[in-house]
Amino acid sequence: MLIRTGYSPGEAEVTDKALWLDRRRFLALGAGGMVAATAWPAQAGPLAGVVKSPHRVDDALTPLKDVTHYNNFYEFGTDKGDPAQMAPSFFGKPPRPWTVTVSGECGKPGPIGYEDLIRPHRLEERIYRLRCVEAWSMVIPWVGVPLADVLKRFEPNSNAKYVEFTTLVDPERFPGQRGRMLDWPYVEGLRMDEAMHPLALLAVGLYGEELLPQNGAPIRLVVPWKYGFKSIKSIVTIRFTESQPRSTWMKSAPREYGFYANVNPRVDHPRWSQAKERRIGEFLKRDTLAFNGYAEQVAGLYAGMDLAVNY
Amino acid sequence: MGRALKPLVFALCLLPLAWLAARAMTVGLGANPIEALIRFLGDWALRFLLIALAVTPLRQLSGWSPLARLRRMLGLFAFFYVILHLLAYAGIDQFFDWGAIGRDIAKRTYITIGMAAVLLLLPLALTSTDSMIRRLGGRRWRALHRLVYVIAPLGVTHHWMMVKKDLTEPMMHATILIILLGWRVLAAWRAKRHNGGRTEVRQATPCAVRSSSPSSS
Repeated sequence: MLIRTGYSPGEAEVTDKALWLDRRRFLALGAGGMVAATAWPAQAGPLAGVVKSPHRVDDALTPLKDVTHYNNFYEFGTDKGDPAQMAPSFFGKPPRPWTVTVSGECGKPGPIGYEDLIRPHRLEERIYRLRCVEAWSMVIPWVGVPLADVLKRFEPNSNAKYVEFTTLVDPERFPGQRGRMLDWPYVEGLRMDEAMHPLALLAVGLYGEELLPQNGAPIRLVVPWKYGFKSIKSIVTIRFTESQPRSTWMKSAPREYGFYANVNPRVDHPRWSQAKERRIGEFLKRDTLAFNGYAEQVAGLYAGMDLAVNY
Repeated sequence: MGRALKPLVFALCLLPLAWLAARAMTVGLGANPIEALIRFLGDWALRFLLIALAVTPLRQLSGWSPLARLRRMLGLFAFFYVILHLLAYAGIDQFFDWGAIGRDIAKRTYITIGMAAVLLLLPLALTSTDSMIRRLGGRRWRALHRLVYVIAPLGVTHHWMMVKKDLTEPMMHATILIILLGWRVLAAWRAKRHNGGRTEVRQATPCAVRSSSPSSS
């Protein structure tokens, strides 16, 4: 069945295709075949009023097709193809209103709708590196708002040392949650100073369009100096706490995943090296940078800490 | 049937590789084609190892002896996919960075285990010719090839330790392996009981079949 999506390819996509073909030509032991017309579920609408932020790396962007089809989002399944495959039939378009519940050590707790949460802020496009703990990486043009600006509106008090986020639990829409692969809901957290850092972004889109479900629609965190799993998707709660939250991966494998999870080429995962990474679309591995290349901005947050212990 | 069996299975064994090549040339291998390639080849190496190990139990259960002639070929296909898996890792993933490969082997337990499995598989592949069987003699050849009882668990462990979270597939492989090896232990034990200490597994078949067939009632 052919579903018309009303999507017309832009310049970016044309470039991408050349890129895939190049890569394919290498692997492909032969001539590049025809690219199947795989229109991704183009339900995402364009975002208006986005300004380009100076936070942008010069690296080549990872093609949209890869950003939307190679995802770790166990709520949809453990294979990296699962989120893109399952999302259209299970998740559909994230319904408005999407409500985020704010609680804990703050002056203004309570539920807040997506529009009220995001609209007061100016949407920015930021091009960040994303480094997965599995030693692959991407470069993604996110659209979002500074996390600090949003959090400040809830007036966190002096007891707020950490902020904890959780992902929606809904096995109807997240088929992966029907099993116990992880301890749902997915929980992540940041120390307050990390959350307030200007690089921390609350993203609502990428490539100028609203987030697709596989990328964490409608609201997700992007913390570019930490491994990707810290950047929690499809957020429904924000809680300010005095004690350090226990994240899902800490619960799952405490020896392998710590609270901080800062990108660090010198601290290996117990089972594999973190010294290098494969940038999606590239052949040779590249060196992983301390704090994913954001050391200048964020290293100060961890002054005096033993990063091998606080991994 | 017997004559066509071997070439037919030979062609079937090449299907995964053909599928891989076809995919690589048409839709591609996804966003991370190198990882996809290595995992695909590793999966099939493991599957062929298990398939080769299934030949003897299946032959004994079915009594269909032509199956035995497939065993060596299936084992060699396991080796073939293991070597492709290794080449993809060393040549494409690491791009012949011998230092990094050495560090991987020394530091990453699952890679140490995988390499051990390859090294142990090597003498089995090299002695899988008619002339080598003749030179070694059946008894010594069979003894040497029992190494596969060590290699297959190493392979399953290698996969198990590599997986980040979803252990479904490694568990399936482990279950199949336990059944296949358990069958041999059981057969040997029965042979011992029935034949008063003669442990030749070959002899177990008629006894096992006889003792498990229902007595007239």
